[in-house]
Amino acid sequence: MLVDIQNLRIAFETRTSVFEAVRGVSLNIGTEKLGIVGESGSGKSLTARALMRLLPTNARVTADRLTFDGVDILKADERAMLRIRGKRAGFILQDPKYSLNPVMTIGRQVTEAWRTHKGGGRKEAKEAAIDLLAQVRIREPRRVYDLYPHEVSGGMGQRIMIAMMLAPDPQLLIADEPTSALDATVQAEILRLMEDLVSQRGMGLLLISHDLPLVSHFCDRVAVMYAGRVVEELAAGDLSKAQHPYTRGLLNCLPSLIHPKPRLPVLNRDEAWLKS
Amino acid sequence: MIDVDQLRVRFGDNEVVKGVSFQVPAGDSFGIVGESGSGKSTVLRALSGLNNAWTGHIAINGEAVGPRRDRAFFRKVQMVFQDPYGSLHPRQTIDRILSEPLLVHGIGEIERRIERALAEVALPAAVRFRYPHQLSGGQRQRVAIARALIAEPEVLLLDEPTSALDVSVQAEILNLLADLREQRKLTYILVSHNLAVVAHLCPRVGVMIGGQMVEQLSADDLRGGHTRHPHTAELRSLSVGLEEVP
Ligand SMILES: Nc1ncnc2c1ncn2[C@@H]1O[C@H](COP(=O)(O)OP(=O)(O)O)[C@@H](O)[C@H]1O
Ligand SMILES: Nc1ncnc2c1ncn2[C@@H]1O[C@H](COP(=O)(O)OP(=O)(O)O)[C@@H](O)[C@H]1O
Ligand SMILES: [Mg+2]
Ligand SMILES: [Mg+2]
Repeated sequence: MLVDIQNLRIAFETRTSVFEAVRGVSLNIGTEKLGIVGESGSGKSLTARALMRLLPTNARVTADRLTFDGVDILKADERAMLRIRGKRAGFILQDPKYSLNPVMTIGRQVTEAWRTHKGGGRKEAKEAAIDLLAQVRIREPRRVYDLYPHEVSGGMGQRIMIAMMLAPDPQLLIADEPTSALDATVQAEILRLMEDLVSQRGMGLLLISHDLPLVSHFCDRVAVMYAGRVVEELAAGDLSKAQHPYTRGLLNCLPSLIHPKPRLPVLNRDEAWLKS
Repeated sequence: MIDVDQLRVRFGDNEVVKGVSFQVPAGDSFGIVGESGSGKSTVLRALSGLNNAWTGHIAINGEAVGPRRDRAFFRKVQMVFQDPYGSLHPRQTIDRILSEPLLVHGIGEIERRIERALAEVALPAAVRFRYPHQLSGGQRQRVAIARALIAEPEVLLLDEPTSALDVSVQAEILNLLADLREQRKLTYILVSHNLAVVAHLCPRVGVMIGGQMVEQLSADDLRGGHTRHPHTAELRSLSVGLEEVP
């Protein structure tokens, strides 16, 4: 098991109150594609960040178990965490603009990502970087190598982020809303790219999104979060058999191109969903 | 009711709307779809009077409108944006935000109209003395719609009004827009990158790419795949592909 999360709880304390944002999440990830879906604020990002120990400093975390490839994340020292972050696990966020260095060429950033993990000479690293750019299906990798981040589109930026994350041959890719800022055509290409790379390299993928149909198309399994809990976990192929009223509500309230609905069903939130 | 003919907009040397024409009958809704940068928002901004560097012909109710608009125009035509947070003044209470259009247009009965506007968008009366940051995203978009409607316009220009919202909130806002159109006989132009959203609300749809409206078709033809331009077919197949739940 690559990732083992048992009873994860994340709380924020203020002088007057405690807000529990994640309330007992349990998840396992192996060499597979797991999707986490749920509305904004349901605790998806915090769950993923807990795994990398990248939580806000005011967050209080507890878990019965929180391990990455056998390493206890709650107890690991900072050096062990550095080996996990950006090496054994790659983290891809919504907007590549904030993750790429604006004053460094793309080629140099990918080359440095490679050398940090693999060492080797400049020439070798440059060729490896160009190969990585080609692997994320950038058509003219040698030309793109010399560009700056502001000279490329959002979709291209996201490909470059993926290339950098792949440099150290990670075991797990965590993608938090990686395509929410992209157009439908580009979104489909990026997701297909991640899907292919993950299967070719035998990695695990944790794909976080608010888009349930999208996630079910690109993952093997889907965990549905509501108010800090996983309320249902399904094989992606069984989405139409979802039992939890929240999951069903999420699917029903979408307008559809092929099946017109005169009026959209709305979600009637039940207090009982909070208790699970 | 709305007649747009050969609309062109340029920023410096860059022409981003290249001769767009369409008509929307009164009480009807027209949708504009296309990928980001295709010029959808620029068309709406020219129509709404937010951008006056355009050429071509725009008429509303048979009356040609020029680049500069008078107050009567802004009473007739209102716009709602994607990000309700950015479009609501952060230091003004909802009460103040809703009063402003009434004061600008010299409309009386402020008290009663604000109460009614909040009820109409299904917001509790208590929201009135709160600030935008004290509301949820869906509540803020309801306030933006209430503000757009309070001076009783005939036309609403909607730019990605549900794109920043969770799907459950999107459903509520789309139902609200459908109900208001029915009750008030409003005319809508709705811009969105989401084909299902546009087809849900609009019987006719225009497809934009690179500043041109390359196809206009009925929502039924879009649903049924009776498209003529390859870009329409591409957008449709992506949308349909994701819709099918395994
Ligand atoms: N630093 C923080 N301080 C207080 N509350 C926070 C903080 N970060 C996140 N939260 C709260 O935790 C909840 C879950 O957040 P998040 O995991 O980002 O949700 P999601 O990714 O599902 O949209 C939200 O209600 C959010 O407001
Ligand atoms: N104020 C502006 N100045 C310069 N270029 C602009 C401005 N507004 C929009 N553009 C450009 O016009 C094109 C169309 O933009 P827009 O109408 O916002 O597209 P859409 O709404 O379809 O995403 C884009 O290339 C955009 O960069
Ligand atoms: Mg998040
Ligand atoms: Mg736009």
